[in-house]
Formats: sequence, C-alpha cells, structure tokens
Amino acid sequence: MVDIEINGVTIKAEEGAMVIEAADIAGITIPRFCYHKKLSIAANCRMCLVEVEKVGKPVPACATPVTGGMKVYTRSPKAIAAQRSVMEFLLINHPLDCPICDQGGECDLQEMAMGFGNDVSRYNEGKRVVRDRNIGPLIATDMTRCIHCTRCVRFGQEIAGMMELGAPGRGEHMRITTYLEDAVESELSGNVIDLCPVGALTSKPYRYTARPWELTAHHSVSPHDCVGANLRVDTRAHRVMRVVPRENEEVNETWLADRDRFSYTALYDKDRAMAPLIKRDGQWQETDWDTALTFAADGLKRIIARDGAANLGALAADWSTTEELYLLQKLMRKLGSSHIDHRVRQQDFSDQDAMPSFPWLGQSIASLGSLDAALLVGSNVRHEQPLLGQRLRQAALKGAKVSLINPMDYDFHFPVGEKLIDTPAGMLGQLAAVVSAAAEQKGATVEGLDALVTVDIEDRHRAIARSLIEAKNGTVLLGNISAYHPAAGALRQLGVQLADLSDVRIGFLAEGGNSVGAWLAGALPHRGTAGSEVDSGKDWRAMFESGLGGYLLLGLEPERDCIDPALATRALDAAEFVVALSAYDSPAMREYADAILPIALYLETSGTYVNGEGRWQSFAGCANPPGEARPAWKLLRVLGNLLDTEGFGYMGSDEVLAEVQGACRDVRPDNGRAWQAPTLGPAPTGIVRTTDFPIYAVDPMVRRAAPLQDTPLAGAAAVHACAETLADAGLSSAGRVRVSRGDSRTELPIVADERVPPGSVYIASGKRGSELLGGAFESIELTQA
Amino acid sequence: MAQPGNIELLTPDTRAEIDDWIAKYPSDQQQSAVMAALRIAQEQNEGYLTDALIGAIAAYLDMPTVAVYEVATFYSMYELNPVGRHKLSICTNISCMLRGSDEVVEHLEKRLGIKLGESTADGKFTLKEVECLGACVNAPMLQLGREYIENLTPETLDRLLDTLE
Repeated sequence: MVDIEINGVTIKAEEGAMVIEAADIAGITIPRFCYHKKLSIAANCRMCLVEVEKVGKPVPACATPVTGGMKVYTRSPKAIAAQRSVMEFLLINHPLDCPICDQGGECDLQEMAMGFGNDVSRYNEGKRVVRDRNIGPLIATDMTRCIHCTRCVRFGQEIAGMMELGAPGRGEHMRITTYLEDAVESELSGNVIDLCPVGALTSKPYRYTARPWELTAHHSVSPHDCVGANLRVDTRAHRVMRVVPRENEEVNETWLADRDRFSYTALYDKDRAMAPLIKRDGQWQETDWDTALTFAADGLKRIIARDGAANLGALAADWSTTEELYLLQKLMRKLGSSHIDHRVRQQDFSDQDAMPSFPWLGQSIASLGSLDAALLVGSNVRHEQPLLGQRLRQAALKGAKVSLINPMDYDFHFPVGEKLIDTPAGMLGQLAAVVSAAAEQKGATVEGLDALVTVDIEDRHRAIARSLIEAKNGTVLLGNISAYHPAAGALRQLGVQLADLSDVRIGFLAEGGNSVGAWLAGALPHRGTAGSEVDSGKDWRAMFESGLGGYLLLGLEPERDCIDPALATRALDAAEFVVALSAYDSPAMREYADAILPIALYLETSGTYVNGEGRWQSFAGCANPPGEARPAWKLLRVLGNLLDTEGFGYMGSDEVLAEVQGACRDVRPDNGRAWQAPTLGPAPTGIVRTTDFPIYAVDPMVRRAAPLQDTPLAGAAAVHACAETLADAGLSSAGRVRVSRGDSRTELPIVADERVPPGSVYIASGKRGSELLGGAFESIELTQA
Repeated sequence: MAQPGNIELLTPDTRAEIDDWIAKYPSDQQQSAVMAALRIAQEQNEGYLTDALIGAIAAYLDMPTVAVYEVATFYSMYELNPVGRHKLSICTNISCMLRGSDEVVEHLEKRLGIKLGESTADGKFTLKEVECLGACVNAPMLQLGREYIENLTPETLDRLLDTLE
C-alpha cells in the first residue's frame, strides 16, 4: 500500500493501482467514459484527465499508476479545463438527439455534459453521420451517437470471448460495427447495452417503450440457470419494461446472460393463460377461480377415493420457487403419495440414495475464476450456464487447464486443454480411462475399474489426470449432459472417484435455476424436505411407465421439458385427470390436461431460488400477473385446504420460506461418496442420439421470448451428423430424414456437422420439432425422407 | 458471426510468403503478420482486397475477422475496391503542395479524364491522393507500385505515362 493525496486528502492505495481505482475506492468521482473496472484500460476517451503535481500535462487517471507521495488534483483549474476541453471535443460529432434517444435520462454523456459541457456549441461545421447496421434482434444501434470508447469491443474480446464488434476505419472515419452486417451471436451480447455510456447501443426490445424516470426498480433473481443472476427489474404501471443486472461480485459480477436479460419479453406472450380453464365433457371452458379450484380438487379426490393416493403423481419444473416446490411436496405427502419429482431430464436414478442432500457446485461460483485445472464432463457450460462459462474463461485465460469429455465438440470461448469427444456410451470409457490414469499416477488401485475402461489409455488421459493431480485449486465438474445421461450414476461415481484420487473438488452443475431448491424442499420421490427420510415414491419415469391415474403439473410443459416427451405425452394422455399449474396455455397442454390453472411467472410472484452454490436468494414480485393468473404458492395453499389437508394456513410466502429454511438449517452438502464399481447395462447399438437442451429452449419462458428466438442461436431442431455417420447410414448431407424410435417418429432436416462424433447424431431437446421424440442417448433409426 | 474464411482463396505462393512473415514472430503470435499478409493477399488479387480474402487471412492467422478488417480499413495502402493496373499515389501534403502538386494533379486528371480516387474505364490507371510519403526533398512526388517518382513536371509525367503498359 502507498499513500497518495487526492484533492488534499491522503488515501491509501494498492501499489500498481491506477489513480481512478484509488479515487473510486475513496469515493472521489472522476469523470470517465472508456474506463470500466471489468475491462482492460484503453485510455482513449481522455475524459478522466487530472492534474498531478510535478507533471507538466494533465494525465489520464485510468492509465496513471499511483506512486508513493503522489499529489493528484481532480478539480483544479487545470484539470477542469482539460476535462471541459475533452467534453467539447466529444460533443463535436454527437448528434445531441437526447429527446428521441432511449439513453436519455440515464446517459453518462448527458450527465457529464451537465457538469463539464458548455451551454452553446462553438462548432458550426457539419457533423459526421454514421450509417446504422442491423446487428441482430437484441441490440439497437445508433452509431452516430458513438463516442468510440471501445468498451463494447473490449467486452467482446475480453469477457464474451468473441470479437464480434470492431472499430474499422481511422480518425473521423472510425466506427463501431460488426463485420459485414453480421448479427452478434454471443450469449452474453446484451451486456454491451449496459456498457455503452451513450445511446449508441441500446436494448431493441425495450426501445421507445419507456423513459428511465418513469420506471420503478425492483430486485429479482434469474431462474434460467443455476447461477441465480441478480436482476434489477424496471416496471411501469406494474408491467415489466426491462431487466438489467444488479451487481453482485459473488454471483454475476456486473453481467447477465442474454437469456436472463430478455426472457421477460415472454411475460406478455400471446400464449399466457389469462383465466382458469377446465375441460367439461370434452369441452374447454373459461371459468372463475372457485369453480376451477373445486373442479381440480374434486378430480383429484375422485382418484384418491377410488384407487388411493398412490395413483396420484406430481411433477414440478426446477424453475419453480422453493416455496412452491415445498408446498407441492407437502400437499402430495399429506395426501399420501410420494410420487413427486422435478428431475424430468434425468434418466438414471440408480444411485439416488447415494446423492448428497443436494447436488451442488462443490465450491463458490466466484472461486471458478481462480481455478488452475478443471475437467468438465458432459457440459456445454457456455450455453448451459453462460456466466459460469465466463468464470471458467477467466480462469483459462490466466492459465488454467480446462479439459473436456463431451459427446459433441461444442464451441468454447477459451483455450481448452485436452478434449475427449466420444459417443454418449464412449464418454464413460473416456472418463474411466482418466480415472485409471489418475490411479496409476497415484499408485492406487480402484477395484472393478478396468472393466469400464473401454478405450486405450493415451497421453491425453494421462495429461488430464496429471493436470488435476498437480492442481492446487482444481475441480471435476459434471455438467447437465452428464445428468441427462442414461448412465449418469456411473459418470457421477467415476467423477467423484477422479476428484478423490487427484484431491480436487467435485461439483455438479445444477440443471435448472432452482434444482438445488427442489432437492432441499423435497420435490423428490425418495427424500423429503432437507433430505429427510420418507416412504419412497416413484420417479418420473416410473410414474409414466406405470400409468398413474392423476397428475399435478407445476410449471412444466412435459411435451418440451421432459427428456422423453413421447413417453410423457403418452402417459398424460392416458391419465384420467391432469391438473396443470401453468403460466402458458398451449394446444399440446389442452390435449392431456383437464384443468389449466394460470400461474404467475417468477417476476410476478415472491419466492426464493437456491443457486448452484447453495445460496438462498429471495425476491418479491415485481409486476402484476396478467389476467386471472395467481402465484402458484397461493393456488397450492387453496388446493391444500380444499383437499382437507392440514397445515396450509399460510398468510404469506415468507411463512412457507421460514418453514423450509428452518428445516434446512443444518443441511451441509457433501458431493462425495464411497467407491462402488458401477454396473452398466448393455451399450446401445446402431446410431445413438445425443441431445441437450439448447440455450434458448430450456424453459417455457425462454422458448417464448421472441427476441431470443430470433437470434442465430435459436431455431428448430435438426439432425446433426458428421460425414462418416451420414455415409454409413446411407443418408445425403442435405434434405430431410425420418427419425424413429419405437412408436415415436418424426421428420427433421439434416445438417452436416463434424462436431458430432461418428456413430451418433445430435438432435436438440426442447426445440420445435423434437416434441414427439424420445430416446435421449439411446439408439434411433434414420431413413432418408 | 462471419462464416469461417476459406484459406484456399490464398494461393500456395501467397501462403508461403505469409509463412515467411509468421516465422519472424514468436510462435504463438502469428497475428503479428497480419499487415504483411494483407499486403501479400492484395498483390495476389490485382491490388485490392475482397471480403473473402479478409476472411481467408483471418482464418489463416486464427484472428477474428473483424480484427483483420480493422487493420485493412485503418491503413490507406490497403485497397478495398478494384484499382487500375497502375496506381498513382500523389502526395498533396504541404511540401509537395508548395512545390506544385496541384499542377501535377490537374495535369493527370486532365490527361486521364478521371478525378482523384477514380480509375480509368480501361482499368489501367487509378489516381489516389495520399499524405506525406517522406520524399519532400524532391517534391512534388508520387508513388507508383514500389517506386517513388520525384521532381514531377507535366513533361516527366507524360513520359512516365507513355512508358506504362
């Protein structure tokens, strides 16, 4: 630490820190445009010029390191004259169209001009005009307003890892643009809207809809992945106008994924269920709440009275709030059924009793940025948890060796160590080979491991093992694809073993925004709240295969959200009575449901999400739900009372939360487990379907967020296969293909894609076109259409 | 996002020449060769760069396409539109101006029937205004290919043009 003096006040500053950082910490404001604490220093706007004693000219505070005894003046006549001159230059070409600019009222340039600008411009010449380009459905451009701070360019290079925006041209001809009118494609692109200090880059969906001073700010938490990004939600007249990040260094820093930022557009989708709907004599009719809830309760009672509560099952979405999940399982268990599940994307429950009280990240989110080695198994982290991907990128740029075992060669935005790409079944062999290499290097023997090592142990496997063993701060992370895998239990067992052998942390990347909350609340067949012991019920697959008579669905669209939509649709169609608590009304849902009770989405209800690192984050409702929609916890409370169960007299969701939180007070997660050689079923033969839930297909909201669906990352499902697979199957590399498995069949376009290893094809789940297909990671039949 | 560039657009000779430049820099810094690579590609393509060539260089040097485009648009010696076989780059900066570059420009414009920044219809000549090329001692001057032609007068200009095919 060194002592410096700013404006006569002595402050302590970190050695090597820049003057502007020291001033920010001391609360002394220095004007700036190009400087941003999360980005590299460009020093090109010159707005932060300050006077330093014994230095002739004013110097930029963002690029001047502190030295002991330095005397800085930010408000001296010399400093102010410099700042005013810079402001005059910046305004020369600025259009001053604040009245029609979306940034007006929250614009750095506008604010600085109030402080440092002149009332009247001395500039009489013609101003420069820059042609706007369409850079996609998320970001609106008005490039004449740009002051060339290059924050957006540096963001792409340094944080998003895709340099999509650049600054071609020179001098007066310099402009910020993508290459050749390309749409930006990064999953983090929306952050440039926040970074832009002027109105050059603004939010396209929000454009011309509100003024900042009309907005009321609320706090919320994103439900789309296990990061639980902190949000500031701006509303006007109880309607959400936009979502921006709320800074939380430990969770999302200052960033948001585009999914978190733009999914609010789905709040007002035409599919929103506006009134309770019930099906009487095969006819759907809108009705009032009393009728609908009595209808739903009576239907459920009828099934219980006739076949017992064991003929009733409940399935919940893992983006439901902890309170909702808790009430759902409480209701079911009070009724006498333990058939409750939220893991509708998992297929292997063989090891569910060995699971920790909740599968968690195994470390804090913030610590991912300082890893020195990591192995990702079955993860497209960049699209599954974009902000965790960003943390891993920061670690990789600092030299961490991040290796992968994946069923598909996903694009990563950081340098990858070793990359083992194999078919779904082959992934197990690859991971076993790494475990074996680790055991060899540690001189340990792992009983029954050799049978799993189906590939030759090569230098790549040894290199991964060595990187983990040598790591001071390493981790093995099992991603979402590992969780969906039919041999997920074996992958988990091997992952834990590898982490134990190499003495690194084992982490699970939770699938949904509130998967951890669902485990804690007890939305599981085999465990109650806080992991308590209960009479074990059926998991989702067992429910569907045994054909229960009644189902209660919470927030879920099984035809898209379940890993086996064909099985789900069949079972729900066959069921006698299905109550769907759903924010959206869809033709598919009307096919199988008997009552659709419209619920509030996350921005419209109070609740709590528990993120992947086990952080409880509560939020209040920000906007009114549309029409007759009600928070799901209230509906579950009423259903609880109508079904004559006790303990549903809650006055507010905070009482529910207190109950769950009280029960979970002493829960400490431990991802570890003792080694037990997994037994594998026969590997699938023929062509195997690899799948994942793509970034803009993960949940009903994201799927209806129109701006996200217009990005290059969205789109309908297709069959992706490499040339070798196509040739072996006798398929052409274009056109359409008939895909079938058992009774389910569909027809999809073919895309030649060398990222998919031979012997497998990739067909996304959750996307348009994949609804009727089952068999994730199982064999499928392909014939040319 | 731009489609990955096709490095096949660079001829084997071009690639070999770029490789010579890459070899001059540390092994993980091949992007340092971007300026040379653009120049070599420009020479391969009758003196100007196309979007496809810029993409090809980006792919060859493993750089973001927009970063290569930034370089290509920053320097005035890269041409992004077709140019004539002979590009006459006339300095109109202060020393040349004082020594009569206006007359040089006027003479050339009149003789070739084109304005600065234009090319003749037969694709033979392009006139380009440039800033100081550092040959003030023999102003006025122009650059033709890799040569400087100095102490220009209407007569020397006519002789020069007559020798060009």
